[in-house]
This record gives sequence, C-alpha cells and structure tokens, in this order.
Amino acid sequence: MERDNTMNTENNTLVVVQLTGGNDFMNTVVPYTNGHYYDARKTIVLGESDVLPINDELAINGNAAPFKRLYDEGKMAVVQGIGYPNSNRSHFRGMDIWHTAEPDRVGIEGWLGQAIRELDPQGENVLTGVNIGPGLPRAMAVNGVPVTSVGDLESYGVMNRVEQEMLKYKALETFKGIYGQAIGTGPVTDFIGQTGLDVLKGADMLVDVANQYSSSVEYADNPIAKSLRDVARIHLAGLGTRIFYTQHGGYDTHANEMPTHPRLMKEISGAISDFLDDLAEHDASDDVTILVFTEFGRRMRDNGSGTDHGSGGGAYIFGNRVQGGLYGEYPSLDPVDWEHGEDLRHTFDFRGVYGTVLEQWLEVDARPIVKGDYEQISPFRN
Amino acid sequence: MKSDRALVAHLMRRAAFGATPAELDTLTAEKSYEEIVDDLVNPERFAELDQSLIERYYGGELVAIHVGKWIYRMANTRRPLEEKMALFLHHLFPVAWGKSEHGPSIYTEIDMFRRVGLTNMRTILLELSKDPAMIFWLDNNENHKDEINENYGRELLELFSMGVGNYTEDDIKAASRAFTGWTFIQPLSLYPVGHYPAEFVFLEEDHDYGTKTFLGETGDFNGDDIIDIIVKQPATARFISRHLYNFFVEDEVQVPAWATEPPRNEDAIRQLSQVFMDTGGQIRPVLKELFNSDFFKQAADLKKVKSPTELVVGVIRQTGEFNRPVPGVQQFAVTTLNGSTFEGPLSIMGQRLMNPPTVEGWHTGPEWINSGTLSERVRFVEGQFQDLDKPGVREMVERAGSLDDDPAHLVDRCLDLLGGMKVSPQTYESLVAYARELSAIKNGEDGDSVGVHNLLQMTASTVDYQFA
Repeated sequence: MERDNTMNTENNTLVVVQLTGGNDFMNTVVPYTNGHYYDARKTIVLGESDVLPINDELAINGNAAPFKRLYDEGKMAVVQGIGYPNSNRSHFRGMDIWHTAEPDRVGIEGWLGQAIRELDPQGENVLTGVNIGPGLPRAMAVNGVPVTSVGDLESYGVMNRVEQEMLKYKALETFKGIYGQAIGTGPVTDFIGQTGLDVLKGADMLVDVANQYSSSVEYADNPIAKSLRDVARIHLAGLGTRIFYTQHGGYDTHANEMPTHPRLMKEISGAISDFLDDLAEHDASDDVTILVFTEFGRRMRDNGSGTDHGSGGGAYIFGNRVQGGLYGEYPSLDPVDWEHGEDLRHTFDFRGVYGTVLEQWLEVDARPIVKGDYEQISPFRN
Repeated sequence: MKSDRALVAHLMRRAAFGATPAELDTLTAEKSYEEIVDDLVNPERFAELDQSLIERYYGGELVAIHVGKWIYRMANTRRPLEEKMALFLHHLFPVAWGKSEHGPSIYTEIDMFRRVGLTNMRTILLELSKDPAMIFWLDNNENHKDEINENYGRELLELFSMGVGNYTEDDIKAASRAFTGWTFIQPLSLYPVGHYPAEFVFLEEDHDYGTKTFLGETGDFNGDDIIDIIVKQPATARFISRHLYNFFVEDEVQVPAWATEPPRNEDAIRQLSQVFMDTGGQIRPVLKELFNSDFFKQAADLKKVKSPTELVVGVIRQTGEFNRPVPGVQQFAVTTLNGSTFEGPLSIMGQRLMNPPTVEGWHTGPEWINSGTLSERVRFVEGQFQDLDKPGVREMVERAGSLDDDPAHLVDRCLDLLGGMKVSPQTYESLVAYARELSAIKNGEDGDSVGVHNLLQMTASTVDYQFA
C-alpha cells in the first residue's frame, strides 16, 4: 500500500502504555557515570557493564536492548524528570492524577475519554477508544462516551462460551432484543441498554479482526506482548480506533527488584519493538505513536532489596514520526536537591506531555483537558 | 404462607445478598415480613461462622486472601445484615490497602465494622477513630500537639458524619486538635515477620489539652467529646440517613453533590433522621424503620444497580461452589493466568474490595456500568451458570425442569431460582421466546449440549439482573 508521506493527522493513532506500580526511572535511563547514583544505590544499582550508553552521562538498562536500538534509530524520545506537583507517593492518588490530569482535586473525567469525545463527538464509533486488558482505566472514562474495553480479543463480547452455532445466534439476538427494548423505559435502563448494545457493536466489529491478521513478527509470550499484538491486530483492521490503552504491571518493586525489574525491562522493550516492527511490516508505521508512562519514579536510596515509592520519573514516546532523543532535564542527583530529602524532584509537568500528544499528534485542543497551558516538547518530525 | 414471596425476595436482595428458592420457601412459610426484619436486625440470634475454620483454609497475608475470606463470609453467613453493614461502612469509610499495603490491618478493620455496624453512631465513630488502618490512612499518626494534621479531622466531618456545609474551617481545626495523640503502635512489620496486629494508643504527652470551641460548644475536648457533639447534630442524622437510603433503598446522586442536590425522597430521609435523633444515633431502630417502611417496600420497582460485590456474592450463593471453605475463593479478587496475575471479576467490574479508589469511596449506582464492566458482568454469570459441576447450578437445573415444559412456566421457575427476580414485561417476553428457541434447538440436530442452564445464563445476563 502506498502512503502519503506528508503529515496527515486524520488517522493518527495514540497508543498509551501504563507501567503500573511506579517504574524505577534511574534504572531505566541510568546516570551511569554519576557518583551520586552510586552513593545512593548500594544493591539496586547497575554498573557500567550492565548498561548501554547513549552518551557520557546516561545509558539504557542493558536488559532493554531493543530500546537502545530504537533510540539509535531515532524512534525513541525520553522525557526526563516527568512528574506532578505535591507528590504524595500514593499509587492510587498518583494514578488518579495521571488519569484525570487533575493534581489539585479529585477529578472525574479521564483525559483520554475527553479526547475521545473531541475526536468522535457523536459517539458514532464505539471503537474510537479501545482499552486492551481487564477493566476500564479511569483515563478513558467519561460519562456518555462509549469506549470499548477488550479483556481478550478472541473472546470479546457476550455469549462467547456458547459453542453451538444456532444457539449462539439466538442468544445474541435475544440479548440484543432485551437490551434494545430497555431503551426508552427510564434513564437508568436507557443507559444500561445502550451500553449493552455498544458491547455488541464493538464485538461485531472485532469479530473478524483475528482472522484478517497475519504477520511474520513473533511476539514473546508475556502479557504486554500479547496486549500490544492485540493493539496491532485491531489497528491494522482499520476500524477507526484513534486511542488505545494498555498496561504492563509489576513495577512496584519494593522488594526483589533485581530479579524483577530486568525481566520487566526485557518484556516492555521487546514488546514495543516487536509492535513497531509489526507496523512496519504492514506499512503502517507512520500512523502510530506510543506514549509510555508510569505513576512515579522510585526512591533515590534503595532499601537493600528494592526501592520505595518516589517522585520524578520518566515517560517515553516511540514511533516512526518521533524525533528521538532526550527531552526535558534529568533531575539533579545531588542530595541537596532531593524532594522530601529522598526523591528525585520532577523537572517537567506531565500535563505538558499530554498537551504535546493531544495537540501535536491528535490535533485536539489540550487546554480544556489539562486545564491550562503547560510547557510542551516538540518530539515529532514534520 | 406467612409473608409475600416477592417482598421477602426484595428484602433479602437489599438487606442480605439474595435468597435461594429454598430459603424463600422456609422464610415465607415460617415468618411474617416484620419477623424476618426483626431477625435481620438482631443477628446475634444466629450462630457466627466458625472463624478458625476460615483461617485454617484461607491462610496468608496477601490482600487477595483477605478479600476472599470476606467474600466467603458474605456468601455463607447466617447473619447477612451484619456483613451488609460491614460493606456499608467500608463504602462510607473507605480505607485502601494501596497506602499501607497491609492487608491484615484492613481485614481487622472490616471485622470491627462487622462488630459495630448495628450498634450506634457514637460507638462506630469512636472505634473508627481508634482503628489503626484508618489512623494511618488519614495520617492521624502525624497529627501532633504542636503540629496538627487536619486530614482525619476534616474527613470525619466532611465524609464520615455531617457532610459539607455544616461546619467551619475552625471546627475542623478544633476537631483535629482534639484527636492529637490518637495514634497506633505496630509491634513488628508485616514483612517478613508476618502479621502482628497494630494497636491503638493514646499518647498523653502528644495530646493538646487546651480549650477548644467546636460547633458552638467550648471545653477541653478530647476526641470522644467531639464524637458526642457530632452524634447530636441533626446534620449527622440526615447525612447518615441519606447514606443508608442510598445503600439500601434507591441510588442517590454521588455524595459530593449532596450539599446542593435534594434527596430523592425527602420524607423518607426525615422519617429516618427522626428515629436517629430520638434514639441518640442507634442504628438498629433506624434500619428497622427503614425495612418496615412503605418507601422500602415500594422500592422493589426502583432501578437500583447492584454493586459488583452484591452481584458476585449473590451468584456465589446460588452456585454453591463455596458453601464450605474450599480453596480458590480469592479468584474473585485476583486471577492467575499463564503465570501472570490479573485482577479478578470483582476488580474488572470496578470494585476492588479493601482497595477503594480514594477516600471518597466508590461511585455507585449507574456509575458501576460501562462497556468493560457490563461485559464482565455478563461473562461472569455465563461462566458461573455454565458449569454443571457446581452443586448449586446442578440443583437449579433440576428444579427448573425440562426445555420441553411450557416456556412461560420454565421462565417463571428460572426467575424464582435466581432469587425471586422481577423483570420487565419486555424482558419476560424475550425470555419466553428464547425458551422456545432453546427447546427447538435442543430437539434439532447437534442440540445435545443445549439445556436449561442456557436459559439461566440468559436470565442472569439481562438488564434486569443488574438491579438489586
């Protein structure tokens, strides 16, 4: 398929990947020549031989070799020191803040849900926003905005356990009848009836996705690889999805970080590079940008087995249209600059990165979503 | 028949976790509606579950295990209103594992809710203020004589008793000062030594003994004096009554809007508040008034969305799989698949028990529903009622009869088997038509796998099944 090489945002798709639990930024993009790093980290530390340098000061965790390749190819942007004001180190408060872009009060509307409303104001396509994984992340939840949440692509929808063909047909017809008839009988039944029909609509559109897809890329056998493969399959089916969301769990490394974190780095970097290779194989690389974030970084000093909740962290932007490199400023490692006397102080407000992808990639006005103007970066090539 | 089956089914869905047909048979044959209410609000008439048996089968400190134990209790208790009130208080005083990452202390807190839920507001708030999980959750251990931390004082007034608009910032400061020195000690940390319960301690040397003015009264108040004053307030009577109404009778708007939005049923709130004020904040008489009221009896027709916990526990009671403590009850909180840990059905439906999203608790009612949670609700009941090895499912299928029976009678029996369910006329017609289709498919080619369980699955997948 021939593609137009000029920047055309109409099909631009954003894939958001959440690293759940608080990824250790310092052990992802490692300040491998900085004495303060070695002073603070005694056990949970990466030496010069464990890392892949990108310059004289910073290196990528050696377990994330695919990230190094993407960085060298100019397809990986690192946003250093991203965070939010008044961190209280709570996962849940942290995630709430990231999901609603409201650090000062408990927000209700998810930032991506609001973007979906802008992209598809009439809610015509229930697949404009798709979550892969259990549950609906708060980031995508806005009252009245239909969003599809796919736990497992092969079994999405209802009445999937029914194997007998005729029965499955009749069961779906009956379900549709019951939910359809509920509309018009009262506000709550209207809403639930409509949601039921949305599930069916989404399932109808997704039913052939798995069959249409073929690829020579072999994804690894782990949850994030499987999720990103589902994203690729749905994206390549051309169903109009503009925003995907998925998660990679396990980053809350209070204990046993040294066996755990390397495995996570291997999984996430492998999954993202396989995903980008898959898109390239299907000549679809130019449409997709990936934003990877986590709720916070981890404590400067380790606790002997792992690291406790911290503050400033990192976000990463990947894609063919991305101008790779370092953005923002690595937080000062000098103990005199630490927040609460023990955390990296964030140097870049996360709302600026939201604004960047909303305005520069999806062409959605960011101000009403992030509630203000925040410094953006310019990570896209024209 | 001493009581109306449909009405008792409604009562058991709201005040308990639903009734099986056998339970409805017994209740309606032996007791009047008022006697059943009286039994519910007097749980000590019935034996407790054997705690040591539960602990033997469900050991460990993971929060998922503690959630599993609670689900087991909710499904098997003979004192269902006690568990329902524990759930109510967990909604009202939402302490989350995510901050402390200390499962046992939250389980201990739920146990306290179970003990005090039917007593009185004074005891409830006093025990809450001494509860280590709550103290840590809202930083009262950081609330010192010389440096007050207002977190607990503020939420006590705003979220736990009176609601916004009924006190001033100075009242918050006074309440916070009164609770200085209310802290806890944790003898040993959970990891790696295992669970040693934390204990409340009052540190005299860290308490502010100065004079305070709180809601117009002045004295050298301690925390218990503050609670006494709170419990006397009409605002407290009203706020708690509205919470009870929202939990047992009809979905209200979300709590933050209560200061500006009037209640759905002003008369009902007034009626409950009156009992609260007359009895000095006793919960039992308020609940008795509620369940015996006309507004409650008429609420069977109101569309109150089941919480995920109500749905899951109701289904578990029907399938009978966990009618004794067999392994695996934590699967409802956490599921393991291909070596990875996923959130279980309760979480996917939007309710991580013991881990509410914020101090505000869960947004309830229609906000439980979105495409992800709804498809999980349907997937969950499909899976549960598919499995004929589950004793309760086998029994339901036997009691329901044959697909060759009159389809309307068959649907009637399925509705009764699912806890005396009521459905709209449209749903009813659709189910009868589906029963007819099932019979035709069963008697056609390749119809061996088709059975009455398919009708049970569909009945539990309806819009109507989402309502309590």
